[in-house]
Amino acid sequence: MAEAVHIRNLVKRFDSPDSPGQSVFAVRSANLEVKPGELVTLLGPSGCGKTTLLRMVAGFEEPTSGDILFGDRRMNEVAPNRRDAAMVFQSYAIFPHLSVYENVVFGLRLKKLSADEIKKRADRVLAISGLTHMATRSPNQLSGGQQQRVALARAIIMEPRVLLFDEPLSNLDAKLRDQMRVEIRELQQRLGITTLYVTHDQIEAMSISDRIVVMNSGVIEQIGTPREVYAHPATRFVAEFIGKANFLNATVRDGQTIDVAGVPVPYVNQANAGDQLTVVLRPEAIALSDQGGDFPATVKRAMFLGNIAEYLIEVDGVGEWLVDSPNPGESGLFQPGSRVFATPSRAALHALS
Amino acid sequence: MFATARSQIRVLARDPILLALVVVIFAAILIFVVYPLAMVFLASLQDRSQWTLANYALIGERRLYRNALWNSLSVGALVGFIGVIIGYIAAFVLTRLDVPGKRLLHYLMIVPIISPPFVSAVSIVFLFGNNGLITRQLLGLMDFSIYGFHGVVWSQIFTFAPIAYLSLRGVLASISPTLEDAALNIGASRWQVFRKVTFPLSLPGVASAFLVVFIESMADFGNPLVLAGAAFPMLAPQAYLEITGSFNLPRGAMLSVILLLPSITAFAIQRYWIAKRQYVTVTGKPTASTSKVVSGPVKSFLYGLVLLFSAIVILFYGVIFVGAFTQVWGFNYTPTLNHFAYVFNVGFDTVKDTLLIAIITTPISGIFGMLVAFLVVRRTFPGKSALEFGSILSFAVPGTVVGIGYVLAFNQQPLILTGTLTILVLCFVFRYVPVGIQSGIAVLRQIDPSIEEAAQNLGASALTTFRKVTLPLIAPAFFSALVYAFVRAMTAISAAIFLVSANWNLMTVQILNQVGSGRLGVAAAYSVVVIALVLVAIIIINAIVVRMTRHMNMVRF
Ligand SMILES: Nc1ncnc2c1ncn2[C@@H]1O[C@H](COP(=O)(O)OP(=O)(O)O)[C@@H](O)[C@H]1O
Ligand SMILES: [Mg+2]
Repeated sequence: MAEAVHIRNLVKRFDSPDSPGQSVFAVRSANLEVKPGELVTLLGPSGCGKTTLLRMVAGFEEPTSGDILFGDRRMNEVAPNRRDAAMVFQSYAIFPHLSVYENVVFGLRLKKLSADEIKKRADRVLAISGLTHMATRSPNQLSGGQQQRVALARAIIMEPRVLLFDEPLSNLDAKLRDQMRVEIRELQQRLGITTLYVTHDQIEAMSISDRIVVMNSGVIEQIGTPREVYAHPATRFVAEFIGKANFLNATVRDGQTIDVAGVPVPYVNQANAGDQLTVVLRPEAIALSDQGGDFPATVKRAMFLGNIAEYLIEVDGVGEWLVDSPNPGESGLFQPGSRVFATPSRAALHALS
Repeated sequence: MFATARSQIRVLARDPILLALVVVIFAAILIFVVYPLAMVFLASLQDRSQWTLANYALIGERRLYRNALWNSLSVGALVGFIGVIIGYIAAFVLTRLDVPGKRLLHYLMIVPIISPPFVSAVSIVFLFGNNGLITRQLLGLMDFSIYGFHGVVWSQIFTFAPIAYLSLRGVLASISPTLEDAALNIGASRWQVFRKVTFPLSLPGVASAFLVVFIESMADFGNPLVLAGAAFPMLAPQAYLEITGSFNLPRGAMLSVILLLPSITAFAIQRYWIAKRQYVTVTGKPTASTSKVVSGPVKSFLYGLVLLFSAIVILFYGVIFVGAFTQVWGFNYTPTLNHFAYVFNVGFDTVKDTLLIAIITTPISGIFGMLVAFLVVRRTFPGKSALEFGSILSFAVPGTVVGIGYVLAFNQQPLILTGTLTILVLCFVFRYVPVGIQSGIAVLRQIDPSIEEAAQNLGASALTTFRKVTLPLIAPAFFSALVYAFVRAMTAISAAIFLVSANWNLMTVQILNQVGSGRLGVAAAYSVVVIALVLVAIIIINAIVVRMTRHMNMVRF
C-alpha cells in the first residue's frame, strides 16, 4: 500500500502578481525520490517554494513542466480529488459548519462506504487521535491542538497512498509542538504511509525525518539524512540554515593538513596543495581554554543558556567565531574581554566543495 | 501569456463540470447582457435603416434633449451629494455613537430600499401635490407646484440616501476607534481628529457612495415619471416616451446611450479607482466601541437629524398606508377597502404574475450569483476578469437602457421572447445578479481557500465541494442575494415597463398607471401589497437559508 513518490525535473513558474509580464520561479527543476513508507521533509526559509512543491504533489498547482509519479503512475493529469494524497493544511482547514465527527468522515462519506464501515474506521481513528469524547463538538469549541488532531484524523482515515503536511505545527505553542511532532512521527511509522512534510523549522525537520530536502529560492540544495545534512552540508546555505556554523578560509598544505591564518590544522583532504577551501566548523566543535590551544582569541560576548554557554570570540588575525561550550559551571564562564585559546576538533571539520 | 492561458485551459479541461459552467455563463452573459447593449448602440446609429450620427446631433439641436441631459446630470449630482451627507450622518450616528434605539432607526433607514422605488414619489404627491395634505389642506396654497426639479430631488433623496447609508455604514464600522483614540491621545482636538483621521479614512467610501447614488439617480425612472412633469424633461423617462409615445426607437436608443455614458463612467471610477484605495485604507475588524470624536451637543444635533429623517420615512409610509384606505385623497377621507378590492379583483392577475416572476427569479439569481462569485474568487480560467466585468456590468446600466435593449434584441429571430414570462425573468436575473455576486465575492474572500481544497483533497468533485462546503459557508451572502433578487423583482420598473405585456404584467407598472390616471388610492393599495409581500418573503427566505445550513456556526480561520 505504501507508495513511492517520484518528482522529476519539476518546475513551477508563476506570473508575478506585482509586475505583469514578469514571472517568478517558485520551484526550479526539483528531483526527488521518496521511498515507500519514508518520511521526507522539505525544509527551507519562508518563500523558498516548499508549499508550492507540496501543492503540486497534491494537485492544487499545475506544474509548469516536469513529472510527478506515485509508484509508476504519472499524476500530472490526475485531478486533486482523485489523487488519494491526503493533506494536512497549515491552517487546518477544518470545515467550520460540520462537527468533529462529520469532519473526520467527510472523505469516507464521499467514497460511499457503508455506514458500518464508516463507523468502524471513524471509531478507530478518533481513538488513535484522542478525539473520541469530542466527536460531536463543533470545531470552534476546540483548542489549536485539538483542531490539529482533527485535521490529522481526517487525513489518515482515508488510508491514503501519500500523506502531505504543510507546516502542520506552526500555529501551536512550543510545548504542544514538541508533543504533536512525536505523535505524528509515531503514527506515520505505525501506518507506514509515504509522507512529505513541509517545515521551516530545522529542529522539527531533524527530529521527524528519514531524510531532509533543503530548499533555497526554489532550488534543492541538498537531500540527505538529518545526520548527513548536518555533518556534511553540501553548500554554505545548508550549513548556515541547519544549525550554526563558522566558515574558515583555509589553504591546503598537503593531504593531511590545511592552513587557517597560518596555523596548521589537521584535515584529511583530496585537494592539491595551495588550493583555497571554505571549511565549516560547528560552534560545539570548538574547545575553549585559558591554558593554551591553536588559536588565541578574545571573548566578545558570553551567554549562559543552562546546558551550554554561547560565546562570540574574536580570533586573532582570523575573525569572529561562535563557540558553544557544554556544561559550563557557574564559575567556568569566561567573561567578555578575557583572553582564551580556541581549538577546533579535527573530526568535525567539513570542507565545502 | 499564452503559456499561462494554455495551462489554465488544461486545468479546465480536467474538470468538465467547471468547463461547462464557465462556457454557459460566458454565453449567457454575452446573450443577455452584452448583446442587448450592442443592439441599443446599433439602433442609436440608424435612421430608416441608414447608418447615421443624426440622432446624436439632435442633442445639440433640440432644447428638449439638451435639457433632459442637463437635468438628469444635475439631479444626479445633487441627490448624490445630499444623499451622502444624510447617509454619512446616519451611518456615523448609528455605528459610532452611543444613542438609544439604534436598531429600530437602522431598520427605518433601510425601509425605502425594500419598497417600490417611487413610493416616496406617491407620498410626495399625497402631501405636496395639487390636492396635497400639507400644501393645500393645511397651508391652503393654491399655486404651489411640487412637480419639476424640487419634487424629483426630494423624492430621490428619500429613495436613495438609504443606499448611501448602507455602504457608508460598512466603511465607518471598520475604522478602528483606536485610531481616533490615538489621535486624541497625542493632543488633537475632536474636530481635528474627525478632519484628519476619521474623515480621510472614510473618504474613499464617501466617494464610492456618491457614485453609487449618482448611478441610481441617473437610472431612476419612477420618481421622474411621477414628479418631473412636462416642463422638466429627464433622460430616462424621455427615452421611454420616445419609444412608447412617438414610436421612435432610434431616438430612444440614442437617449439611452447618452444616459449610459455617465453611469458607466461613474461605475468605472468607483470600481477601478476608488475600490482599490478603500481596500488599502480601511483595515481591521469591525469594532463595537463608540467614538469620542463628538461632544455632547454635537451628538444630540446629529442624533436629532437622524430622528428627523426617520420621522419623515414614517410619515411617507404612513401616508401611503392611510391613502390606501381612503376614499378620495384631498376630498373625501372616509375609510374604505375599495382600493384593495380593486387590487384583488381587477388587478389580481397582476399580483399573481408579479409574485410568480419574483419566485422564479429569486433562486436562479441567488445560485447564479454564488456560482459566479465562486468562479471569480476561487478558479482561474482564461477571460476571468472579462467574465467578472460582464456579470456586474449591468449594475451600471440604467434599466431603461436594458429594457430598450431587450426589446430590440429579443423581438426577432433567433430569440423571440417579447411578451413572455421568460424575458422578464431573464431581465431580472441578469440585471440584479451583480449585487449577489459582489456580496458572494466579499464573503468568499474571507474564507480560507484551503477549506475548499481540503474537501477536494478528500475526494470531493468541484460540484460537491461547492454544494457541501462553499454554499453553507457563504450562506449570509446567499441570503442577501436571494432577498435582493426577490425585492428587486417585486419593485423593479425601469426595464420591466418595456417588457410587460397583456399576458404578463407587474404591480409596479400598475402603480405607475394608476398614478398616471389619478387613482392614487389604488396605487397606494398596490404599494402596501408589494411591501407586505416583500416582508413575508424575507421571513420565508431567512427560514429556508437557516434550514439549509442548520449546523452552521460561522467560524473564520
Ligand atoms: N499563486 C502565486 N502567484 C504568484 N507567486 C506565488 C504564488 N504562490 C507562491 N508564489 C511565490 O512562489 C514563491 C514560493 O512560495 P511558497 O511555495 O509559498 O514558499 P514557502 O512555502 O516555502 O514559504 C514565493 O516567492 C511566492 O511569492
Ligand atoms: Mg509555505
